Amino acid sequence: MIVDVAFALPLAADNLLAARETMAFTLGFHIVLACIGVALPALMLIAEYRGRKYDDADALNLARRWSKAAAVLFAVGAVTGTVLSFEMGLLWPKFMEQWGDVFGTGFAIEGIFFFTEAIFIAIYIYGWNRLEGWKHFWTGVPIVIAGIGGAFSVVAVNSWMNQPEGFTLAADGSVTNVAPIDALLNNATAYEFPHMLLAAYMVTGFGLASIYAVGWLKGRRDRRHRLGFIIPFAVAAIATPVQLYVGDVAARGVADHQPAKFAGFECVQETGPNQTEWIGGICTDDGVEYGIGIPGLNSILVGFSTDTVVTGLNDIAPDERPPANTMLHLAFDGMVGIGSALLLLAGWFGWSMWRRREPPASVWFWRGAAVAGVGSVLAMWMGWIVTEVGRQPWIVQGLMRTEDAVTDAEGLWFVFGGAVLLYTALGVIAYKAVRVLSARDDELAGIPYGPPGPEPEIESVEAER
Amino acid sequence: MSKPDVVAGILWLGATLYAVFGGADFGAGVLSLISERDGELGSRARARINRSLTPVWEANHVWLIFCLVVLWTAFPRAFGPLMETLYVPLTAAAIGIVLRGSAFAFGHAFSGRTKRRSEQVFGLASVITPFFMGCVVGAVAAGAVPADGAGEPFSSWLAPLPILVGILFVTSSTYLAAVLLRDDARRGGDPELFRYFTRRAIGGAAVAGALSVAGVFALRSDARFLFDGLTGPGLPLMIASLLMGTLVLVGLVKGVERGLRPLAAGALVAVIWGWGVAQHPYLLPENVTIDAAAGAPQTLTAVIIVFIFALLIVGPALIFLYRLSQMQVLED
Ligand code: HDD
Ligand code: HEM
Ligand code: HEM
Repeated sequence: MIVDVAFALPLAADNLLAARETMAFTLGFHIVLACIGVALPALMLIAEYRGRKYDDADALNLARRWSKAAAVLFAVGAVTGTVLSFEMGLLWPKFMEQWGDVFGTGFAIEGIFFFTEAIFIAIYIYGWNRLEGWKHFWTGVPIVIAGIGGAFSVVAVNSWMNQPEGFTLAADGSVTNVAPIDALLNNATAYEFPHMLLAAYMVTGFGLASIYAVGWLKGRRDRRHRLGFIIPFAVAAIATPVQLYVGDVAARGVADHQPAKFAGFECVQETGPNQTEWIGGICTDDGVEYGIGIPGLNSILVGFSTDTVVTGLNDIAPDERPPANTMLHLAFDGMVGIGSALLLLAGWFGWSMWRRREPPASVWFWRGAAVAGVGSVLAMWMGWIVTEVGRQPWIVQGLMRTEDAVTDAEGLWFVFGGAVLLYTALGVIAYKAVRVLSARDDELAGIPYGPPGPEPEIESVEAER
Repeated sequence: MSKPDVVAGILWLGATLYAVFGGADFGAGVLSLISERDGELGSRARARINRSLTPVWEANHVWLIFCLVVLWTAFPRAFGPLMETLYVPLTAAAIGIVLRGSAFAFGHAFSGRTKRRSEQVFGLASVITPFFMGCVVGAVAAGAVPADGAGEPFSSWLAPLPILVGILFVTSSTYLAAVLLRDDARRGGDPELFRYFTRRAIGGAAVAGALSVAGVFALRSDARFLFDGLTGPGLPLMIASLLMGTLVLVGLVKGVERGLRPLAAGALVAVIWGWGVAQHPYLLPENVTIDAAAGAPQTLTAVIIVFIFALLIVGPALIFLYRLSQMQVLED
């Protein structure tokens, strides 16, 4: 749907839409790499810990090869993040001008974490040969902490956009009594931060495990591949049930504090008790069509009773209702659906590990695991669509409209087009780079097969040596 | 000193560190591009550059993030107009940053033709990025950013002074990088490469010096306010910079082996602070003062506290990183 709008509107030369699409696209790109930046260090450290503690050469090998891929992915994460910092001002100058000092402290704190991350990542990745044993392991610990802290401070800013706190609005519209800490610790941070952190661990864990699951299906079942699957999958599997719990809390938080968003993605038309929970379907002015309805469940989810009154769109001023309700509704259901499917997969894995100390043998498990990575990325994207599109027309909920924040600069559609081209190329090359690195590792380890698929660069790798 | 002034000092400090560390980083990229013509010695130079840059480039560039963040948090009323007026060179610089960082990382993964092409993109982007950043700084100096942000999108920076500052950014970065790499080459026990980078440093110094003289005239005609400041309260620092620069040049010509790094960096630092003193009390000269741009006082306090934490946490960590890198502990 976003795609439709994106293609239909260049003609209208609408700055607002161009800016929104640019922001959404570049954020959607960065967030995947950011997830890897947050969670991959922990996975590397788990593997390294195992390797050092139990003298496990396979585990050490995994930690090393993951850290080589990390070097490339973190670099792309850092540059796309830098671009985002520019974009905040280039696309939304009035937003920054009016509110920068209220929410900015979060980004300032994030600066410390970025430094820590950049410094210790370098030491960790390039210190494998010369830093001895556990010393090397410990240089990785600050990266994990920095990832968590960085996710907190940037997500707190987003939470603030959703539930702005920590200031007083004077009668003349000026902002006074700014309390930076209150702004960061707003209501929404309490669930957005853990939800995003867990999403990062799910995306990275399931994503990395997916690669090894594909290998398993192709017959690569030696000990190293098995370990390469189990470590990330186990981490993601532990995160999954917690994630669903936090998501449930988030939904109630949104219903309480952003009723328009909630009504938009649940397609609640009329305020009242005993609301039906709709799964799938299309949202119309008369409610959901073609969906599966479970009477009363929506009210139960919001307030643990069918008597709970849920605000409907009829109580929201027409120019304050979120757009694209069908897309919001399907995005929300998609996130919840994928989350539930991943829970089943995680449960299957946990059961099998508990009973037999082995992942399930069924090929269906491995097929599921092979798509779990893509699935969690999709779930995360859909979650962000719910959050960001659901907040519209506000950039700061209830206080500043997105249309009032956007720049007057011209040529934004060219910026959007350029960003799409540049980032697509970046994604393709980064993917190839990681593949080449892993093929080189296989060769060095004397493993006769590389990763699946074509390996156009292999010859040049050999030629170099 | 008022609270906004303190935070402006923090911002200036960040800008200084970015100019030194980020600048050396850009300059190394320019040198890598130039070395394409230098055959075997050139590829040795590139290998040296690669080894020196790999562990530190990401950290070097966090200073830019630091500056952006402090600017929009502490001085939102300057950040908005700046972005609204100078969006063209800023977008160009952002593209340069993406190309540069990713090409550098890709250069490590690939080999053969792809590697060469990555290195070329890295080199080109190392020219583009500081050039456009210089244009931004030059346009600010010329007073082209009005308080309401409604400046000219093109003529604000497509003017002699901004373009001159842009070129000056590129050349002085190259010069600084050559002085630093010269030391690395010596430490790495390659006297031929040492002389190579010495020649590059002398060349860079000559060009940057000539451009600075031209810059003085451009400032006089297009940024009178700043010119008066630089020849008034900023004068001692400008003289200090000139002295240090001359010492470095003499040292380079005489083949002095040690002690030139701090002098070369010092010359740059003195210019930046001279500039800061000269444009005080303005953040955007003659349009927006530091006080007028400043955000809420509570936020300024928060920024100062965060900065102290950054000093305590990031400072030692950065020193640790540079030490390890100098001791050649970090390798691919
Ligand atoms: C792996 C990814 C993933 C999974 C499996 C889920 N979510 Fe989620 N969700 C996200 C990833 C995500 C996210 C991308 O990380 C978001 C966007 C903003 C945020 O804080 O988290 C999000 C936002 C988000 C929001 C909007 C918050 C707001 O607007 O402030 C709600 C209501 C939920 N989620 C609810 C759920 C529920 C009920 C789930 C399952 C039962 C669920 N999420 C699974
Ligand atoms: C945590 C940090 C984030 C911040 C501070 C942030 C900030 C913003 C801002 C300022 C806008 C433009 C104004 C608006 O449309 O309201 C925006 C829009 C948007 N962002 Fe985010 N964002 C964050 C994370 C994300 C992520 C990770 C994604 C996607 C995967 C995302 C998806 C979107 C989308 C789809 C829009 C366009 C919404 C619309 O206009 O319909 N955001 N965001
Ligand atoms: C508007 C939103 C955002 C902005 C302005 C932003 C900005 C940045 C910047 C400037 C960097 C580069 C730091 C460096 O040089 O090392 C970066 C990297 C990073 N960002 Fe973002 N970011 C945003 C959204 C997010 C979100 C939503 C998350 C995660 C939850 C996130 C997590 C990270 C992480 C972990 C890194 C380190 C990247 C790596 O090393 O792979 N960012 N971001």
